[in-house]
Amino acid sequence: MVEIQNVAFGYDAARPVLRDVSLTIARGSVIGIMGQSGCGKTTLLRLIAAQFLPTQGAVRVLGEATSGLDREALYRMRRRMGMLFQFGALFTDMSVYENVAFPLREHTVLAEDLIHDLVVLKLEAVGLRGAAQLMPAELSGGMARRVALARCIALDPQLILYDEPFTGLDPISFGVIVRLIRELNDSLGATSVIVTHDVQEALGVVDYVYFMAAGRVIAEGKPDEIRASREPFVHQFVNGELDGPVPFHYPAPAYPAELELAEV
Amino acid sequence: MSLAQILEHTRGRLERLGNAVTSYVWRLGFASRFLFYTVVHSGTALRRFRLTVAEIYFAGVLSLIIILVSGLFVGMVLALQGYETLQRFGASESLGVLVALSLVRELGPVVAGLLFASRAGSAITAEIGLMKATEQISAMEMMAVDPIARVVAPRFWGGVLSMPILAALFSALGIFGGYLVGVQLIGVDAGAFWSQMQAAVDLRNDILNGVIKSVVFGVAVTWIAVFEGYDAVPTAEGVSRATTRTVVTSSLAILALDFVLTALMFTGGKPA
Repeated sequence: MVEIQNVAFGYDAARPVLRDVSLTIARGSVIGIMGQSGCGKTTLLRLIAAQFLPTQGAVRVLGEATSGLDREALYRMRRRMGMLFQFGALFTDMSVYENVAFPLREHTVLAEDLIHDLVVLKLEAVGLRGAAQLMPAELSGGMARRVALARCIALDPQLILYDEPFTGLDPISFGVIVRLIRELNDSLGATSVIVTHDVQEALGVVDYVYFMAAGRVIAEGKPDEIRASREPFVHQFVNGELDGPVPFHYPAPAYPAELELAEV
Repeated sequence: MSLAQILEHTRGRLERLGNAVTSYVWRLGFASRFLFYTVVHSGTALRRFRLTVAEIYFAGVLSLIIILVSGLFVGMVLALQGYETLQRFGASESLGVLVALSLVRELGPVVAGLLFASRAGSAITAEIGLMKATEQISAMEMMAVDPIARVVAPRFWGGVLSMPILAALFSALGIFGGYLVGVQLIGVDAGAFWSQMQAAVDLRNDILNGVIKSVVFGVAVTWIAVFEGYDAVPTAEGVSRATTRTVVTSSLAILALDFVLTALMFTGGKPA
């Protein structure tokens, strides 16, 4: 479904964000890409979504190399994928109903009553059929994420990308989103890629994990293997330890020297 | 300061100037390509015309109050000032001509354009900028919907179509304001006021040229507004700066274009 081979990427040549990343995502699975903030995992997701192109290596999504696509081919590919943004990215001038209907109106010539049935079906799947007429400003963070998920699956995508889907959610909304990700993936026969740093939560829903640090994949495995990993960074990250390979202190000049300077 | 330091200082300044000029030219080129792309991808905005109608409402109808009230007051002030001068030469009955020509040729398109830039242009920039900052534009791209065709083009055409109508309404209300003050308040003869206006205002040279000006201003303001919104840095500060740039750049563009168009229109194409 997704093949990433020896990919390197940087927003400018002097500062590479990804270095020699290779991974494969099998059809039907739910994959987690984890790591601390700034490790390059969101950039990797955007390479899969073809929002960026690799500076080296190849990204193949749904059987096509993203680097060789013209705009039409890119949009054809994106019609087969969905992406849930961190805060939903709902269109604020449209109601919940219109948000979910948006991709259907843009990409199909279905009659209005059929669009209505599909929107109701998708909203029912995320438990928000009763909120159809609300505006995005009237929704809680968790509800907005669920509406965005309904919009994301409106065209029954084969690949669903989740960018930090658990950020800022209360425990109930979190549980709902975790259940929906699994259920929707299995019922649609889709493949899901979750980028997150909420490691404990994500390990409960994914089939396989890629762990990233400093732009590289440093560990991979099934959730139980990751929990039992002896790799120092993974161990520190999974257990939330204060010190380890990722130091508590940001690099700085020697503390006494700086204090002396301050006294002068 | 040694010679080497002076040379280094001068080199630094020249480098900064060069960078600023290059960056400005690059941005102008980007804005031109953006306009070209918007026009080429206007199919959706024209085919699904209700998208454009919604933007005409947003940019045009919601600007009506400020345009109409301003037009009325500008016309009333013109009549007061004009009467004061004309009556010294015994030409107070030409008041209608003065009010109408001032409004139709200059004040209508220019003042309506400046008000349109402040009211609608800034709103368009802020809306597109905030859509970018909240990832709505990215979400649209991920849904394989071209944001330039779906978001930018309807707003562009909405603005371009609204502006001449707003300028015409500004002039109409201004003339009505001039009538209220000149005829009803001061007592200029109503027949002279209207008949001299009818005889002196030429459809092609005055009204059509005014309409052409308002169309050009509409294109300029809306182009600047959509471009600044789309190019805004996606943060609160970035959107705020883009909105300010829209108002400043559009206002200067209107004044500069007005000079160029007036020079071409009212001097027979020869330099003024």
